[in-house]
Amino acid sequence: MAIKEDHNRFRDIIKGRVKEDLKKYVSHGEMIGKREKEFVKIPLPHIDIPTFRYGPKQRGGVGQGDGKSGDGVGEPGDGSGQGQAGSEPGEHLLEVELSIEELADILGEKLELPRILPKGNKNIDSVKTKYTGLAPVGPESLRHFKSSYKNALKRYVSSGLYNPEDPVIIPIRRDLEYRTYKKVVKPQTKAVVIYMMDVSGSMGEEQKEIVRIESFWINAWLKKHYKGLETRFIIHDAAAKEVDEETFFRTSESGGTLISSAYKLCQNIIEMDYPIHEWNVYPFHFSDGDNWSSEDTRYCLKLLTEFFLPNSNVFCYGQVESKYGSGQFLKDLQKEFPDDERIILSQIESRDKILDSIRDFLGKGK
Amino acid sequence: MANLTPELEKARLRIAKVAANCGLDYFETIFEIITYDQINQFAAYGGFPVRYPHWKFGMEYEHLSKSYEYGLSKIYEMVINTDPCYAYLMEGNLLMDQKLVMAHVYGHCDFFKNNIWFSKTNRKMMDQMANHATRIRRYIDRYGQDRVENFIDVCLSLENLIDRHSPYVERPTSRSKEESNSKPENESHLLKVTRPYMRDYINPPEFVRDQQKKRHEELERSQRKFPVESERDVLKFLLQYAPLEDWEQDVLSIIRDEAYYFAPQGMTKVMNEGWASYWHSRIMTEHILNDSEIIDFADHHSGTVAMQPNGFNPYKIGIELMRNIEDRWNKGQFGREWEECDDIKEKKHWDRKLGLGRQKIFEVRKIYNDVTFLDEFMTEDFCVQNKFFVYRFNEKTQRFEIDTRDFKAIKAKLLFQLTNFGQPIIRVQNANFENRGELLLEHLYEGIDLQPDYMSQTLRNVYKIWGRPVCLVTVMDNEAQIFRFDGQEFVHKNIASPLPQGSPA
Repeated sequence: MAIKEDHNRFRDIIKGRVKEDLKKYVSHGEMIGKREKEFVKIPLPHIDIPTFRYGPKQRGGVGQGDGKSGDGVGEPGDGSGQGQAGSEPGEHLLEVELSIEELADILGEKLELPRILPKGNKNIDSVKTKYTGLAPVGPESLRHFKSSYKNALKRYVSSGLYNPEDPVIIPIRRDLEYRTYKKVVKPQTKAVVIYMMDVSGSMGEEQKEIVRIESFWINAWLKKHYKGLETRFIIHDAAAKEVDEETFFRTSESGGTLISSAYKLCQNIIEMDYPIHEWNVYPFHFSDGDNWSSEDTRYCLKLLTEFFLPNSNVFCYGQVESKYGSGQFLKDLQKEFPDDERIILSQIESRDKILDSIRDFLGKGK
Repeated sequence: MANLTPELEKARLRIAKVAANCGLDYFETIFEIITYDQINQFAAYGGFPVRYPHWKFGMEYEHLSKSYEYGLSKIYEMVINTDPCYAYLMEGNLLMDQKLVMAHVYGHCDFFKNNIWFSKTNRKMMDQMANHATRIRRYIDRYGQDRVENFIDVCLSLENLIDRHSPYVERPTSRSKEESNSKPENESHLLKVTRPYMRDYINPPEFVRDQQKKRHEELERSQRKFPVESERDVLKFLLQYAPLEDWEQDVLSIIRDEAYYFAPQGMTKVMNEGWASYWHSRIMTEHILNDSEIIDFADHHSGTVAMQPNGFNPYKIGIELMRNIEDRWNKGQFGREWEECDDIKEKKHWDRKLGLGRQKIFEVRKIYNDVTFLDEFMTEDFCVQNKFFVYRFNEKTQRFEIDTRDFKAIKAKLLFQLTNFGQPIIRVQNANFENRGELLLEHLYEGIDLQPDYMSQTLRNVYKIWGRPVCLVTVMDNEAQIFRFDGQEFVHKNIASPLPQGSPA
């Protein structure tokens, strides 16, 4: 339909507006936990073509009904779906619905994120056939009885032949429809993202929120690129445990910090479930950089050098600024891996920096 | 009749016949059954199947489909003013609904054909719109979508600056005006001389010279102002005088043509809907409905004419006023005798049994538009019966409140809303303002300020077309102000009087 073209054009304009103000929308916590097909409502300033028109306040109008002088009448709107007697006041917000997927797209455009090149056995496409379609020709054994019958019935009714007293329907050749198959090509790139979050006492509510928002959007973006992306979630304080997505985005714990506990658990998960020659592995770790002891930090560095760096596409570490944390861990990592391509470090000072940090992580297209 | 089912076609024939017997005189009407998605598309396109590509239709479509999906609103009927008329029925509606819509549509078609305000309408607008679309697509191919679309945005922003009455006015051509002006050129400013020998005494040569000089200066000054008379059709003025490229000029003329096509529909909304509702209820209740349908009909009909306290429903006001007129002319409640009668009791039982009602409403549908219709026929009794009131915004409580039930105030407000379709009147006052080629627009202030943010945005758009600084004179916060946009910055200053210096009052 022709309108689709205009409609897409309008959606593009909306997306452009969202893109301009992306920071504002992205740093809202409400979207977290939505699935990629779910819609979010985004309030935008009204998109309108300006004309010379009267201001709404002085306008008033004529209404009908009971009531005495001084009674409220509510916001003037259009009665019974009939507008035009005066245009809408221009101050309403336009609420647009965008899916998380679309938002992730906008995010990608805004940050100019490159497409990710999967490693390893890239293009294992599996072809499946699915009987989903209907065609006017086919073998009798695949005749679709219901829709053939419907077609015949339609023809009877519309040509006036149908007699409810004697509802005999005789299909003719052009009523018949047959099942037909379609080839579905499934690209088989396997990827897993493992998110690790520090939930120790030094991470405040704001810090956790930042981590959640950031990992949510990273997740949304990666899911766009890897159909069937797997995600695992680990939270840790002094001990690490695997949790489901729900818990990861809601939980609040407290305690000491042993980063190595998370790394060990992560290593276990990878070794158990994701043979590295088949899988693209993305470990993300967020913390305030306050580790319990330098001994533990050394152990972490060892794990990184020996296991994570050789075996994952890229290892990402994001450090949130915190009042209590020393931020030492980031410095240690910088010292240990000054120019290593396989590790990406990013510092997130505040909510406003989330976008920059996402760009740090995903901007390299690994 | 393209795709009507036999059942609907039978109903259509009956309704068409009943309508014709009632005296309705319509163009041939073609009904089509379409899905809700198509009806939303057509509605977004203002009823037409093909329009030029523009995002605003997409926005309208999104709005309509969302409200339909959420069950907030539903379009039952759509009819296009062309010859033949096209009307759409929505697939899946009750048979009763379809019949009602058909009856309603015949009312509209009769109105389109006979109302004087539609007499200048291009009845082949469907083709015209398609041609417009083709032309604009061609420009898009040549100049790029963004460029053309941005320019359409600018044009649409000025879309309402047309002179809605101009199609009906036959103005003297400019030449005859010049002739009538030039004749008394030499004589008018001199004193009258009856005796030739007295001429030099009555009009001494110095005096003649002075007068001629003065006149010359005056003429020069008036010529410096252009146009000589303020122009209400701002779009026409821009078309003629703004430095536009060919394709831009064509796009602007397309927007203007379409605005003029839709203008009479805006000017007769109340009457048109009232007329169609009057006839659907007559035709349905008297001829078409069977017993099992009456409840559905009542439900649907009352939904159509329901009026919210803060809304203005043209269906409701239209149908009530039509019925009121019919009743009054049936009973002879008009004319001098009726006006001068002070006896309430006598007035209440006034019935001269004239039976002129039907004839009168047919006359009304022919020669009135909304403004004249309400102005002439809306009476105090009618206002009281229908419980009308005026509401306004209360600064203290920050909400809209009932202001008064005073008849004069109600009528004034209604007429004001309908005059110029509730839009401010803007004219081109001077295209060479301050002798710098700046465009001066004037807003004929009628007690309501323009909305400032829209005003400044629109002025910027005028600039985009005019290419030189543009100014607007209006009243804002009770002070006469002039707003000026020179392409860089937007300034405004107070001025002494609403009309700037140098213009002949």
